[in-house]
Amino acid sequence: MKNDSSKKVLLIIPSRIMVRGIEGVFSDLGEFRVEGILSDISRTSETRLKNMDADLIIIDPVVFDYATRPSGRSYIAEYTDAAVVALQTIVMEDDVWKQYDEVISIYDAPPVIIRKLRTALSAHQELPKPDSHELSSREKEILICVAKGMLNKEIADLYNISIYTVITHRKNITRKTGIRTVAGLTVYALLNNLIDSSSVE
Amino acid sequence: MNRTENEASRMVLSPSMKLADLIELNYSLLAVLSRLGIDLGFGENTVGEVCEEHGIDLSSFLLICGIYTYDDYIAPNDLLKAGNPADVVKYLHSSHSFYLDDELKKLEKSLEELVAPCDETQKKIIYRFFSEYRKEVENHFAYEEETVFPYVKSLLSGGSRNGYSIEQFEENHSNIDEKLNDLKNIVMKYLPSVCDTVLRNSVLYHIFFLEEDLDKHTLIENNVLVPMVTRLEEHEKRQQ
Repeated sequence: MKNDSSKKVLLIIPSRIMVRGIEGVFSDLGEFRVEGILSDISRTSETRLKNMDADLIIIDPVVFDYATRPSGRSYIAEYTDAAVVALQTIVMEDDVWKQYDEVISIYDAPPVIIRKLRTALSAHQELPKPDSHELSSREKEILICVAKGMLNKEIADLYNISIYTVITHRKNITRKTGIRTVAGLTVYALLNNLIDSSSVE
Repeated sequence: MNRTENEASRMVLSPSMKLADLIELNYSLLAVLSRLGIDLGFGENTVGEVCEEHGIDLSSFLLICGIYTYDDYIAPNDLLKAGNPADVVKYLHSSHSFYLDDELKKLEKSLEELVAPCDETQKKIIYRFFSEYRKEVENHFAYEEETVFPYVKSLLSGGSRNGYSIEQFEENHSNIDEKLNDLKNIVMKYLPSVCDTVLRNSVLYHIFFLEEDLDKHTLIENNVLVPMVTRLEEHEKRQQ
Protein backbone atom coordinates (compact mmCIF):
# COMPACT_ATOMS: atom_id res chain seq x y z
CA MET A 1 0.00 0.00 0.00
CA LYS A 2 1.32 3.38 -0.93
CA ASN A 3 0.70 6.25 1.37
CA ASP A 4 2.07 9.75 1.61
CA SER A 5 3.98 9.20 4.80
CA SER A 6 6.05 6.38 3.35
CA LYS A 7 9.74 7.15 3.02
CA LYS A 8 11.19 7.69 -0.42
CA VAL A 9 13.99 5.30 -1.27
CA LEU A 10 16.41 5.54 -4.17
CA LEU A 11 18.00 2.27 -5.28
CA ILE A 12 21.44 2.29 -6.87
CA ILE A 13 21.62 -1.36 -7.75
CA PRO A 14 22.67 -2.87 -11.06
CA SER A 15 20.82 -6.16 -10.59
CA ARG A 16 17.20 -6.11 -11.72
CA ILE A 17 16.47 -9.15 -9.61
CA MET A 18 17.69 -7.44 -6.43
CA VAL A 19 15.65 -4.36 -7.30
CA ARG A 20 12.53 -6.46 -7.75
CA GLY A 21 13.23 -8.19 -4.47
CA ILE A 22 13.46 -4.94 -2.56
CA GLU A 23 10.35 -3.60 -4.24
CA GLY A 24 8.62 -6.78 -3.15
CA VAL A 25 9.72 -6.35 0.47
CA PHE A 26 8.52 -2.74 0.45
CA SER A 27 5.15 -3.49 -1.06
CA ASP A 28 4.58 -6.30 1.47
CA LEU A 29 5.60 -4.31 4.51
CA GLY A 30 4.87 -0.70 3.56
CA GLU A 31 6.61 2.21 5.27
CA PHE A 32 9.13 2.60 2.43
CA ARG A 33 8.61 2.98 -1.28
CA VAL A 34 10.98 2.95 -4.24
CA GLU A 35 11.15 6.45 -5.67
CA GLY A 36 13.81 5.80 -8.28
CA ILE A 37 16.24 3.22 -9.57
CA LEU A 38 19.72 3.82 -10.92
CA SER A 39 21.77 0.98 -12.31
CA ASP A 40 25.08 2.83 -12.21
CA ILE A 41 26.87 5.99 -11.18
CA SER A 42 27.14 7.87 -14.46
CA ARG A 43 26.85 11.54 -15.06
CA THR A 44 23.13 11.35 -15.77
CA SER A 45 22.73 9.36 -12.59
CA GLU A 46 24.52 12.12 -10.66
CA THR A 47 21.95 14.63 -11.80
CA ARG A 48 19.11 12.38 -10.74
CA LEU A 49 20.83 11.70 -7.45
CA LYS A 50 20.96 15.41 -6.79
CA ASN A 51 17.39 16.11 -7.80
CA MET A 52 15.61 13.10 -6.39
CA ASP A 53 15.25 14.28 -2.80
CA ALA A 54 15.13 10.75 -1.45
CA ASP A 55 15.03 10.05 2.30
CA LEU A 56 17.19 7.02 1.98
CA ILE A 57 19.48 5.42 -0.57
CA ILE A 58 20.21 1.73 -0.88
CA ILE A 59 23.38 1.16 -2.82
CA ASP A 60 25.24 -1.91 -3.96
CA PRO A 61 28.88 -0.74 -3.72
CA VAL A 62 29.78 -2.81 -6.78
CA VAL A 63 28.73 0.27 -8.77
CA PHE A 64 32.00 1.84 -7.65
CA ASP A 65 35.23 0.51 -9.04
CA TYR A 66 37.70 -1.04 -6.66
CA ALA A 67 39.68 2.12 -5.97
CA THR A 68 36.72 4.39 -5.24
CA ARG A 69 34.76 1.93 -3.10
CA PRO A 70 36.23 3.05 0.23
CA SER A 71 35.05 6.61 -0.47
CA GLY A 72 31.68 5.65 -1.92
CA ARG A 73 29.71 7.08 1.00
CA SER A 74 31.30 10.52 0.72
CA TYR A 75 30.80 10.48 -3.04
CA ILE A 76 27.05 10.11 -2.44
CA ALA A 77 27.20 12.82 0.25
CA GLU A 78 28.34 15.31 -2.36
CA TYR A 79 24.96 15.02 -4.05
CA THR A 80 22.45 14.33 -1.33
CA ASP A 81 21.99 14.38 2.43
CA ALA A 82 19.95 11.18 2.46
CA ALA A 83 20.84 8.27 4.72
CA VAL A 84 22.79 5.66 2.80
CA VAL A 85 22.48 1.92 3.34
CA ALA A 86 24.71 -0.58 1.60
CA LEU A 87 23.38 -3.78 0.07
CA GLN A 88 25.92 -6.54 0.48
CA THR A 89 25.92 -8.76 -2.60
CA ILE A 90 29.58 -9.72 -2.68
CA VAL A 91 32.42 -9.88 -0.19
CA MET A 92 34.39 -6.67 0.19
CA GLU A 93 36.86 -5.24 2.65
CA ASP A 94 35.47 -4.17 6.04
CA ASP A 95 36.31 -0.53 5.38
CA VAL A 96 33.85 -0.46 2.51
CA TRP A 97 30.95 -1.38 4.78
CA LYS A 98 31.90 0.72 7.79
CA GLN A 99 31.25 4.01 6.05
CA TYR A 100 27.56 3.32 5.49
CA ASP A 101 24.76 4.08 7.92
CA GLU A 102 23.70 0.43 7.83
CA VAL A 103 24.41 -2.69 5.80
CA ILE A 104 21.79 -5.13 4.62
CA SER A 105 22.66 -8.59 3.46
CA ILE A 106 20.86 -10.39 0.65
CA TYR A 107 20.02 -13.10 3.21
CA ASP A 108 18.31 -10.73 5.65
CA ALA A 109 14.64 -11.50 6.30
CA PRO A 110 12.23 -8.75 5.15
CA PRO A 111 11.43 -7.50 8.70
CA VAL A 112 15.16 -7.28 9.42
CA ILE A 113 15.67 -5.20 6.30
CA ILE A 114 12.93 -2.80 7.31
CA ARG A 115 14.32 -2.54 10.84
CA LYS A 116 17.78 -1.75 9.52
CA LEU A 117 16.41 0.93 7.23
CA ARG A 118 14.55 2.49 10.17
CA THR A 119 17.71 2.48 12.29
CA ALA A 120 19.68 4.08 9.48
CA LEU A 121 17.08 6.80 9.05
CA SER A 122 16.77 7.68 12.72
CA ALA A 123 20.55 7.61 13.29
CA HIS A 124 20.98 9.84 10.31
CA GLN A 125 18.37 12.37 11.39
CA GLU A 126 20.18 12.95 14.66
CA LEU A 127 23.15 14.37 12.84
CA PRO A 128 23.18 18.14 12.53
CA LYS A 129 21.82 19.08 9.14
CA PRO A 130 23.94 21.29 6.95
CA ASP A 131 20.81 23.10 5.91
CA SER A 132 22.03 26.65 5.52
CA HIS A 133 22.69 27.88 2.02
CA GLU A 134 24.81 30.79 3.18
CA LEU A 135 28.50 30.31 3.82
CA SER A 136 29.43 30.17 7.49
CA SER A 137 32.16 32.48 8.72
CA ARG A 138 34.66 29.62 8.89
CA GLU A 139 33.76 28.63 5.36
CA LYS A 140 34.34 32.20 4.24
CA GLU A 141 37.77 32.21 5.89
CA ILE A 142 38.67 28.99 4.12
CA LEU A 143 37.29 30.22 0.83
CA ILE A 144 39.57 33.26 1.07
CA CYS A 145 42.58 31.01 1.62
CA VAL A 146 41.61 28.85 -1.35
CA ALA A 147 41.12 31.91 -3.53
CA LYS A 148 44.59 33.10 -2.55
CA GLY A 149 45.97 29.83 -3.80
CA MET A 150 46.75 28.14 -0.48
CA LEU A 151 46.96 24.36 -0.32
CA ASN A 152 44.77 22.27 1.99
CA LYS A 153 47.76 21.46 4.19
CA GLU A 154 48.62 25.14 4.58
CA ILE A 155 45.03 26.02 5.46
CA ALA A 156 44.90 23.18 7.99
CA ASP A 157 48.08 24.44 9.65
CA LEU A 158 46.90 28.04 9.68
CA TYR A 159 43.67 27.27 11.53
CA ASN A 160 45.02 24.32 13.41
CA ILE A 161 42.44 21.91 12.02
CA SER A 162 42.82 18.60 10.22
CA ILE A 163 43.11 18.33 6.44
CA TYR A 164 39.97 16.24 6.56
CA THR A 165 38.07 19.18 8.11
CA VAL A 166 39.43 21.51 5.45
CA ILE A 167 38.20 19.12 2.76
CA THR A 168 34.77 18.95 4.39
CA HIS A 169 34.58 22.74 4.46
CA ARG A 170 35.62 22.90 0.82
CA LYS A 171 32.96 20.37 -0.11
CA ASN A 172 30.35 22.44 1.67
CA ILE A 173 31.55 25.61 -0.03
CA THR A 174 31.20 23.90 -3.40
CA ARG A 175 27.81 22.48 -2.50
CA LYS A 176 26.52 25.90 -1.47
CA THR A 177 27.99 27.97 -4.27
CA GLY A 178 27.95 25.42 -7.07
CA ILE A 179 31.53 26.41 -7.88
CA ARG A 180 34.11 23.67 -8.09
CA THR A 181 37.39 25.08 -9.41
CA VAL A 182 39.88 27.24 -7.56
CA ALA A 183 39.75 29.80 -10.37
CA GLY A 184 35.97 29.94 -10.06
CA LEU A 185 36.14 30.34 -6.28
CA THR A 186 38.56 33.23 -6.75
CA VAL A 187 36.05 34.97 -8.99
CA TYR A 188 33.34 34.31 -6.41
CA ALA A 189 35.45 35.69 -3.57
CA LEU A 190 36.23 38.84 -5.51
CA LEU A 191 32.65 39.47 -6.66
CA ASN A 192 31.51 39.10 -3.07
CA ASN A 193 34.22 41.44 -1.78
CA LEU A 194 35.82 38.75 0.34
CA ILE A 195 39.19 39.54 -1.21
CA ASP A 196 40.56 42.46 -3.19
CA SER A 197 42.41 42.14 -6.45
CA SER A 198 45.82 42.77 -4.85
CA SER A 199 45.65 39.47 -3.00
CA VAL A 200 45.23 37.39 -6.14
CA GLU A 201 47.91 38.94 -8.30
CA MET B 1 12.82 16.70 -24.68
CA ASN B 2 15.42 14.00 -25.08
CA ARG B 3 13.94 11.71 -22.52
CA THR B 4 11.55 8.95 -23.46
CA GLU B 5 9.61 6.78 -21.09
CA ASN B 6 11.06 3.48 -22.12
CA GLU B 7 12.90 1.66 -24.85
CA ALA B 8 9.73 0.51 -26.55
CA SER B 9 8.23 3.93 -27.11
CA ARG B 10 11.44 5.37 -28.49
CA MET B 11 11.85 5.89 -32.18
CA VAL B 12 14.69 3.89 -33.68
CA LEU B 13 16.86 5.99 -35.92
CA SER B 14 17.01 4.25 -39.26
CA PRO B 15 18.46 4.88 -42.74
CA SER B 16 14.99 4.95 -44.27
CA MET B 17 13.83 7.80 -42.07
CA LYS B 18 13.45 11.19 -43.69
CA LEU B 19 16.24 13.49 -42.55
CA ALA B 20 13.65 16.21 -41.90
CA ASP B 21 11.82 13.87 -39.50
CA LEU B 22 15.04 13.19 -37.67
CA ILE B 23 15.55 16.91 -37.11
CA GLU B 24 11.93 17.20 -36.01
CA LEU B 25 12.67 14.52 -33.42
CA ASN B 26 15.71 16.37 -32.08
CA TYR B 27 16.56 19.79 -33.43
CA SER B 28 19.95 19.92 -31.75
CA LEU B 29 21.05 17.59 -34.56
CA LEU B 30 21.17 20.69 -36.76
CA ALA B 31 24.60 21.38 -35.29
CA VAL B 32 25.66 17.82 -36.09
CA LEU B 33 24.60 18.22 -39.73
CA SER B 34 26.60 21.37 -40.21
CA ARG B 35 29.69 19.81 -38.63
CA LEU B 36 29.40 16.89 -41.04
CA GLY B 37 29.09 19.26 -43.97
CA ILE B 38 25.46 18.41 -44.70
CA ASP B 39 23.74 21.56 -45.91
CA LEU B 40 20.08 22.27 -45.36
CA GLY B 41 17.70 22.02 -48.29
CA PHE B 42 17.78 18.23 -48.40
CA GLY B 43 14.09 18.07 -49.34
CA GLU B 44 12.42 14.70 -48.77
CA ASN B 45 15.65 12.73 -48.83
CA THR B 46 16.14 9.96 -46.32
CA VAL B 47 19.01 9.65 -43.88
CA GLY B 48 20.55 6.92 -46.04
CA GLU B 49 20.31 8.99 -49.21
CA VAL B 50 21.81 12.10 -47.67
CA CYS B 51 24.69 10.14 -46.17
CA GLU B 52 25.44 8.49 -49.47
CA GLU B 53 25.29 11.79 -51.31
CA HIS B 54 27.79 13.35 -48.91
CA GLY B 55 30.03 10.31 -48.65
CA ILE B 56 29.36 9.95 -44.93
CA ASP B 57 29.47 6.54 -43.34
CA LEU B 58 25.88 5.68 -42.41
CA SER B 59 26.65 3.70 -39.25
CA SER B 60 28.79 6.47 -37.78
CA PHE B 61 26.06 8.97 -38.60
CA LEU B 62 23.40 6.90 -36.83
CA LEU B 63 25.67 6.43 -33.80
CA ILE B 64 26.36 10.15 -33.48
CA CYS B 65 22.66 11.00 -33.87
CA GLY B 66 21.69 8.31 -31.37
CA ILE B 67 24.01 9.70 -28.69
CA TYR B 68 22.76 13.20 -29.38
CA THR B 69 19.13 12.22 -29.13
CA TYR B 70 18.89 9.78 -26.24
CA ASP B 71 20.53 10.39 -22.87
CA ASP B 72 21.03 6.73 -22.10
CA TYR B 73 21.79 5.59 -25.64
CA ILE B 74 23.82 2.42 -25.82
CA ALA B 75 25.76 2.14 -29.06
CA PRO B 76 24.62 -1.08 -30.79
CA ASN B 77 27.40 -3.52 -31.62
CA ASP B 78 26.49 -3.94 -35.28
CA LEU B 79 26.79 -0.19 -35.87
CA LEU B 80 30.10 -0.06 -33.99
CA LYS B 81 31.34 -2.93 -36.11
CA ALA B 82 30.19 -1.40 -39.40
CA GLY B 83 31.09 2.20 -38.63
CA ASN B 84 34.23 3.86 -39.91
CA PRO B 85 36.30 5.48 -37.14
CA ALA B 86 37.73 7.90 -39.70
CA ASP B 87 34.30 9.51 -40.06
CA VAL B 88 33.89 9.78 -36.32
CA VAL B 89 37.31 11.43 -36.13
CA LYS B 90 36.30 13.80 -38.92
CA TYR B 91 33.20 14.75 -36.98
CA LEU B 92 35.07 15.26 -33.72
CA HIS B 93 37.69 17.34 -35.48
CA SER B 94 35.15 19.66 -37.03
CA SER B 95 33.33 20.06 -33.76
CA HIS B 96 36.63 21.02 -32.15
CA SER B 97 37.03 23.84 -34.64
CA PHE B 98 33.39 24.74 -34.18
CA TYR B 99 33.96 25.23 -30.44
CA LEU B 100 37.23 27.09 -30.68
CA ASP B 101 36.58 29.22 -33.76
CA ASP B 102 32.89 29.97 -33.34
CA GLU B 103 31.34 29.17 -30.01
CA LEU B 104 34.00 30.26 -27.56
CA LYS B 105 34.62 33.45 -29.51
CA LYS B 106 30.92 34.25 -29.48
CA LEU B 107 30.68 33.45 -25.79
CA GLU B 108 33.68 35.62 -24.99
CA LYS B 109 32.21 38.52 -26.93
CA SER B 110 28.83 38.34 -25.23
CA LEU B 111 30.48 37.89 -21.84
CA GLU B 112 32.56 41.02 -22.43
CA GLU B 113 29.44 42.91 -23.34
CA LEU B 114 27.69 41.60 -20.25
CA VAL B 115 30.37 42.61 -17.75
CA ALA B 116 31.10 45.98 -19.40
CA PRO B 117 29.31 47.93 -16.62
CA CYS B 118 31.30 46.17 -13.85
CA ASP B 119 34.33 47.79 -12.27
CA GLU B 120 37.79 47.18 -13.67
CA THR B 121 38.92 44.58 -11.13
CA GLN B 122 35.78 42.54 -11.58
CA LYS B 123 36.14 42.66 -15.35
CA LYS B 124 39.77 41.68 -15.17
CA ILE B 125 39.17 38.64 -13.00
CA ILE B 126 36.29 37.43 -15.16
CA TYR B 127 38.32 37.83 -18.35
CA ARG B 128 41.14 35.97 -16.73
CA PHE B 129 38.82 33.18 -15.68
CA PHE B 130 37.48 32.90 -19.20
CA SER B 131 40.89 32.82 -20.81
CA GLU B 132 41.99 30.10 -18.38
CA TYR B 133 38.92 28.14 -19.40
CA ARG B 134 39.69 28.58 -23.08
CA LYS B 135 43.29 27.51 -22.53
CA GLU B 136 42.03 24.37 -20.82
CA VAL B 137 39.71 23.54 -23.70
CA GLU B 138 42.48 24.21 -26.21
CA ASN B 139 44.89 21.91 -24.40
CA HIS B 140 42.25 19.24 -24.09
CA PHE B 141 41.45 19.36 -27.80
CA ALA B 142 45.12 19.66 -28.78
CA TYR B 143 45.90 16.35 -27.13
CA GLU B 144 43.18 14.68 -29.15
CA GLU B 145 44.17 16.42 -32.38
CA GLU B 146 47.88 15.76 -31.99
CA THR B 147 47.92 12.35 -30.37
CA VAL B 148 44.64 10.49 -30.53
CA PHE B 149 43.39 11.30 -34.03
CA PRO B 150 46.74 10.68 -35.78
CA TYR B 151 46.95 7.40 -33.91
CA VAL B 152 43.52 6.33 -35.15
CA LYS B 153 44.44 7.31 -38.69
CA SER B 154 47.69 5.41 -38.60
CA LEU B 155 45.95 2.38 -37.15
CA LEU B 156 43.42 2.50 -39.99
CA SER B 157 46.11 2.64 -42.63
CA GLY B 158 47.91 -0.26 -40.99
CA GLY B 159 50.71 1.95 -39.74
CA SER B 160 52.70 1.62 -36.57
CA ARG B 161 51.18 2.07 -33.13
CA ASN B 162 54.20 3.72 -31.59
CA GLY B 163 53.46 2.16 -28.26
CA TYR B 164 50.21 4.09 -27.91
CA SER B 165 46.83 2.52 -27.33
CA ILE B 166 43.34 3.94 -27.01
CA GLU B 167 43.33 2.82 -23.40
CA GLN B 168 45.75 5.64 -22.64
CA PHE B 169 43.27 8.09 -24.09
CA GLU B 170 40.56 6.80 -21.80
CA GLU B 171 42.87 7.23 -18.84
CA ASN B 172 43.95 10.75 -19.77
CA HIS B 173 40.55 11.95 -20.81
CA SER B 174 40.17 14.90 -18.47
CA ASN B 175 37.02 16.75 -17.62
CA ILE B 176 36.68 20.21 -19.06
CA ASP B 177 33.17 20.81 -17.85
CA GLU B 178 33.99 22.13 -14.38
CA LYS B 179 35.04 25.63 -15.31
CA LEU B 180 32.10 26.06 -17.67
CA ASN B 181 29.79 24.98 -14.88
CA ASP B 182 31.48 27.50 -12.58
CA LEU B 183 31.02 30.23 -15.16
CA LYS B 184 27.34 29.35 -15.33
CA ASN B 185 26.96 29.71 -11.58
CA ILE B 186 28.89 32.97 -11.54
CA VAL B 187 26.78 34.50 -14.31
CA MET B 188 23.53 33.20 -12.87
CA LYS B 189 24.09 33.88 -9.18
CA TYR B 190 26.94 36.23 -8.46
CA LEU B 191 27.39 38.93 -11.09
CA PRO B 192 26.53 42.39 -9.74
CA SER B 193 23.08 43.71 -10.58
CA VAL B 194 24.46 46.38 -12.92
CA CYS B 195 24.68 43.62 -15.53
CA ASP B 196 21.83 43.59 -18.02
CA THR B 197 19.31 40.79 -17.49
CA VAL B 198 18.60 40.14 -21.16
CA LEU B 199 22.31 39.80 -21.94
CA ARG B 200 22.72 37.68 -18.88
CA ASN B 201 20.01 35.32 -20.06
CA SER B 202 21.50 35.01 -23.49
CA VAL B 203 24.93 34.21 -22.05
CA LEU B 204 23.28 31.60 -19.83
CA TYR B 205 21.40 30.01 -22.73
CA HIS B 206 24.67 29.82 -24.57
CA ILE B 207 26.46 28.18 -21.64
CA PHE B 208 23.68 25.65 -21.14
CA PHE B 209 23.81 24.80 -24.84
CA LEU B 210 27.61 24.42 -24.80
CA GLU B 211 27.50 22.34 -21.67
CA GLU B 212 25.10 19.87 -23.21
CA ASP B 213 26.92 19.84 -26.52
CA LEU B 214 30.33 19.23 -24.93
CA ASP B 215 28.77 16.49 -22.86
CA LYS B 216 27.54 14.75 -26.02
CA HIS B 217 30.92 15.34 -27.61
CA THR B 218 32.61 13.48 -24.77
CA LEU B 219 30.06 10.67 -24.98
CA ILE B 220 30.80 10.26 -28.69
CA GLU B 221 34.50 9.97 -27.88
CA ASN B 222 34.02 7.52 -25.03
CA ASN B 223 31.13 5.43 -26.32
CA VAL B 224 31.70 5.45 -30.08
CA LEU B 225 35.31 6.22 -30.92
CA VAL B 226 36.93 4.28 -28.08
CA PRO B 227 34.99 1.01 -28.66
CA MET B 228 35.54 1.26 -32.44
CA VAL B 229 39.27 1.71 -32.00
CA THR B 230 39.49 -0.98 -29.32
CA ARG B 231 37.91 -3.35 -31.83
CA LEU B 232 40.50 -2.34 -34.46
CA GLU B 233 43.33 -2.91 -32.00
CA GLU B 234 42.03 -6.37 -31.11
CA HIS B 235 41.63 -7.20 -34.76
CA GLU B 236 45.19 -6.14 -35.44
CA LYS B 237 46.48 -8.20 -32.53
CA ARG B 238 44.74 -11.30 -33.81
CA GLN B 239 46.34 -10.90 -37.20
CA GLN B 240 49.82 -10.75 -35.80
